[in-house]
Formats: sequence, structure tokens, C-alpha cells
Amino acid sequence: MNGKTLVMGVIGADVHAIGIKILSHAFTEAGYNVVNLGVMVSQEEYIEAAIETNANAIVVSSLYGHGEMDCRGLREKCDEAGLKDIPLYVGGNLVVGKRDFAEVEKTFLDMGFNRAYPPGTPPEVGIADINKDLGLA
Amino acid sequence: MHNAILAVDFGSTYTKVTAISNEKAEILGTSKAFTTFETDIRDGLNAAVQELEKQTGKLNFSHKLAASSAGGGLKMVAVGLVPALTAKAAQTAACSAGAKVVKTFSYELTKADCAKIRQINPDLVLLSGGTDGGNKDVILHNAKMLAEIDAPFSVIIAGNKAAAEDAQTTLQAGDKHAVICGNVMPAFNTLDAEPAKSAINTLFLEKIIEAKGLTQAAREFSAPIIPTPLAVFECTQLLSQSLGDLLAVDVGGATTDVYSMCAGTPTLPGVALKGLPEPFAKRTVEGDLGLRHSQETLVEKLISDGATGNNLLPVGLEEYRKTCKENYAYVPEKNHPHAAIDALLCGIAVDMAVTRHAGFLESSYTPFGEAFSQTGKDLTGVRYVIGIGGSVIYSENPPEILKNATQKQRGKILKPASPKLLLDKKYIFAAMGLLARMDKKRALSILESEL
Repeated sequence: MNGKTLVMGVIGADVHAIGIKILSHAFTEAGYNVVNLGVMVSQEEYIEAAIETNANAIVVSSLYGHGEMDCRGLREKCDEAGLKDIPLYVGGNLVVGKRDFAEVEKTFLDMGFNRAYPPGTPPEVGIADINKDLGLA
Repeated sequence: MHNAILAVDFGSTYTKVTAISNEKAEILGTSKAFTTFETDIRDGLNAAVQELEKQTGKLNFSHKLAASSAGGGLKMVAVGLVPALTAKAAQTAACSAGAKVVKTFSYELTKADCAKIRQINPDLVLLSGGTDGGNKDVILHNAKMLAEIDAPFSVIIAGNKAAAEDAQTTLQAGDKHAVICGNVMPAFNTLDAEPAKSAINTLFLEKIIEAKGLTQAAREFSAPIIPTPLAVFECTQLLSQSLGDLLAVDVGGATTDVYSMCAGTPTLPGVALKGLPEPFAKRTVEGDLGLRHSQETLVEKLISDGATGNNLLPVGLEEYRKTCKENYAYVPEKNHPHAAIDALLCGIAVDMAVTRHAGFLESSYTPFGEAFSQTGKDLTGVRYVIGIGGSVIYSENPPEILKNATQKQRGKILKPASPKLLLDKKYIFAAMGLLARMDKKRALSILESEL
């Protein structure tokens, strides 16, 4: 255990349950205390879980193409709830169609996410980044 | 002379006694007398027993059991962090211990919150906040704020274990009796009510019995005195073993209590569960829904229903309110117009309390169509709704009142759909809860024959 807590889940009305289980497993193996909220998670649920568990970061997953709509406003709500500067990560199949990922990434970074990942990113990539961002590596 | 078991319920107004046969599963008699709080609580008890023996002949009590809600019951305040998480967990735990949870606070307590707590003057405060290893700041802040309140309550610390000892030290520095027990939410969205429940019951015995003037009386009983709602809770729990899923409603002068015994999982396909997992045996207490002390909410609802034409406003409402305010123990004569108003308000209390107790559905539109999520318990499949407590059972038409616990049409509020309505006609639920602690089988067969 590395003493860091991550809140994660699949946002919005998305019910893709497998990926989040794999991520939860991978991050637990990597030493994190994972609070897995499962599927169909609202922005408020991430925030409430993060407050109660004193989470170090929030990891958002989205696979059904509506990620942009679902994620908008999460940073502002975190600010409002006193989770100022909490690192936010997002990954998956974030938009519909074949948009260039650089463009997609910019959209999410502008929204206040610290990092955004394209489809098919292996868990190790995210783990390495978050380790670095939280001062573990 | 009969051998019998005596079960006593010390209420705020009445001391109710029930004699249970020692040989058969049978009630020998019941009676009541005014609770004598000012002198010695045993005076009222003796008067009730004398009255009882007029019906049954002289009795020899092999066991004496008692529950108490005298002096306003076990008054508690619950404090947590996030309203839907630890604050709700603390409230649920306190309710399941038989407490009257007057108010629940979340996030950092403010000076105004503390003034409110001082005014409530609770017997106990259940302090939670943070999962184990989670947030520490808020529970420590709240311990500091509670320590400064000038009131004699004890505090049970059931929050983040990493902060519990510091919170205790802070509270003790403020001359508060503070005990630590297991976290009500040790991990995210996991409810663990048992440690808090047993800490509440221990403190009830150590502190509250004495504060309510029951110490002398307590020595005469064969088992420790427990809070009356806990006895009723255990009775409904027992009854569900024989009847299956059930709901019980008790409308009192100060609160309306609702008990549900069912898993409450979705009855419709494809519904996702949201929020804190619900206990199979659940009790809620509505502190603003009572027929006497807390009549305001009910009267307001009656008036607003009247304004929308759902109900005609009863004649003499103002006079009724005045009479009730002057005398909380007021019981109108059977055919008095005030009895009809009582029945109307009682129905509203049942409706509102069960609506709050029941879970609800929310719909959201997804690329795959409409999806539903459920928060709280789905009670639609509950088979029995039981009316307990004087205001329901002594009313002119109890089924009419109890119908308010059911769904008028299938909707988003998951109240029972088409249950059978039952009544605790002889007012024995508390007594049977007490008896169940020593003889489950006998309590169950008495309940089966009396309902």
C-alpha cells in the first residue's frame, strides 16, 4: 500500500463494467487504495466519495462516446466542494467518431482535467503518470 | 395465584403493563396508568399493576421486563461528513438502536449548529465522519465544536479510526464523556451499524437510565431496561420471520416511527441501485411528524392539501390546535370533532413518514433509452403493513389511516403496492419485543394469535 486513495468510476449513463474492474484491479496491485464506484456514476458521487475518503485523485472512465457532455463542469464542482486542485484523470472512448486525439485531449485539459488518455491505453501508462503526479516515483 | 411474566413500557405519558402467562402463549391482561415522573416512577407502575390485577386476579411475577421512552426517550443528534454518506450512516445506526434522532448534521459544525444542539439538549451525540484512513479534518473540527457546547451529553465517536483518539482527547478536555467505537462507515459505502448500536445501548444503561430517574426502578427488573423503540424494532424483526416482508408504522405525539423488514432490492428489471446500501431491518424516526409536540408540519400539509382541494379543511382546526398546545396528553372523546382531525393528521403522518422511509426511482435518458436507478428500499412487494401505537389503533377507522402507507398509483416512490393491513390491537409490540429477548417462540406465537 502506498497510502494514496483513488476514487474511480464510469461516468454518466455509461454501463461498461469490465474496463473499470480491470483498472481497479491494476491500481490496487500498484499499491493504491481504490474506491471503485462502478458504473453510472454522477459527478456528485465522485465528489462525495472523494471528500469522505480524503482521496488524492479522481479517475474518470467513459466508453460510450458521451464523455465530453458528462465530464463538463466536474472541475468547477470540485472547486465548489472544497476539493481544490485535486488531480482529475479521464480516459476511454471519450468522443464519438474519429476525431484526432490531440484535439480531444485539449478539450478535456481545457475542462480542467490533468491528463486524458485515448482508447486502448494500458493501465501501466496511467499508473506511471499518477505515481509521478502524486510524488511516488 | 397465577404465575406470569410482567412486561412494562414506561412512556412519557403512560406506563403500560402487560401480563404474559408463564405456561401458555397467552396474554393474561394489559393496563396502564399515568407515568409518575415527578415523584417516583414506581408509583405509576404499581398503580398500573393494581389495575391489571383487577382483571386477572393476584399475579406472581417470575420475570419482570421493562422498556422506557420516558423523559422524551433516548434523544440523539447524529453528526457526519457528507449528508448521503457518513451523516446518513450515523443516523441509520442511531435509529436502529432505538434512539430518537432529533437532527442530523453534516460537514463542519457551525456556531449556529452548536446553538441548535444546545437547544435540543440530546442525551447522546453520535459523531462520525471519514472512512477509515479518509477525511480527518472535519471530525476533529466537529469534536472541538462539540467540546465547547455547554450541555451534559455524552459522545460516541464512530468515525475515521485514524482520528478517533484525537477526537476523544479533545472532547474529554471539554469535560464530555466520550467513548470510541468502530466506524459506522469503515470503507466507502459500507454501513457497519453494530458497533455504534452496542455503544449506544451501553451508554443508555450507564447514563440515561439514571438521568431519567429510572435507577431505583431498574433494580426491580430481571433484565436491563432498554429503549422502547428498540423493543418494538426487535418485535417487528421477529414477526418478519413468520410473516415475511413487512412494514410497521407508529404515529406518536412527538415522532412518527417507521420500521421495514425486507431486503428492498429492485422489483423491476434493469434498475440500478444507488447510494448507501440499506439494512434489511431498518427504522426511521421523523422528528417533525407528531400529533402533539410536533404538529406544525402535519397541519401545514393539511392546509396546503385543503388549498389544492384534496381535502376539505376541518371545522374547528384553530381550537383543536390550541387545545393540543395547552395539553400534550390531550385525547379527544370518541365522537368529538377533534378525534376526526387527529385521524386526518395521523393519515398525513403515515403518508409522509412512509414516503420518506421508502426508496425512490429516478430516470435518466441514455443512448440506449430510459434507464432507472433506485435510491433506498423498494417496498412495493411488502406483504403486510402494521399499525402500532395509540393514535392509529384507537382511531375510528385504522385501515383508512394505514392506507396512506401504500401507493395510490404506481409511481416513483416505492411504497408498498397492495399489502394486507394489520393492527397491534392490544398494544403489545413493545412487550413482545421484551419477551422475545427471553423466549422468542412464545413471543411469536402470541403475536400470531393477536394480530
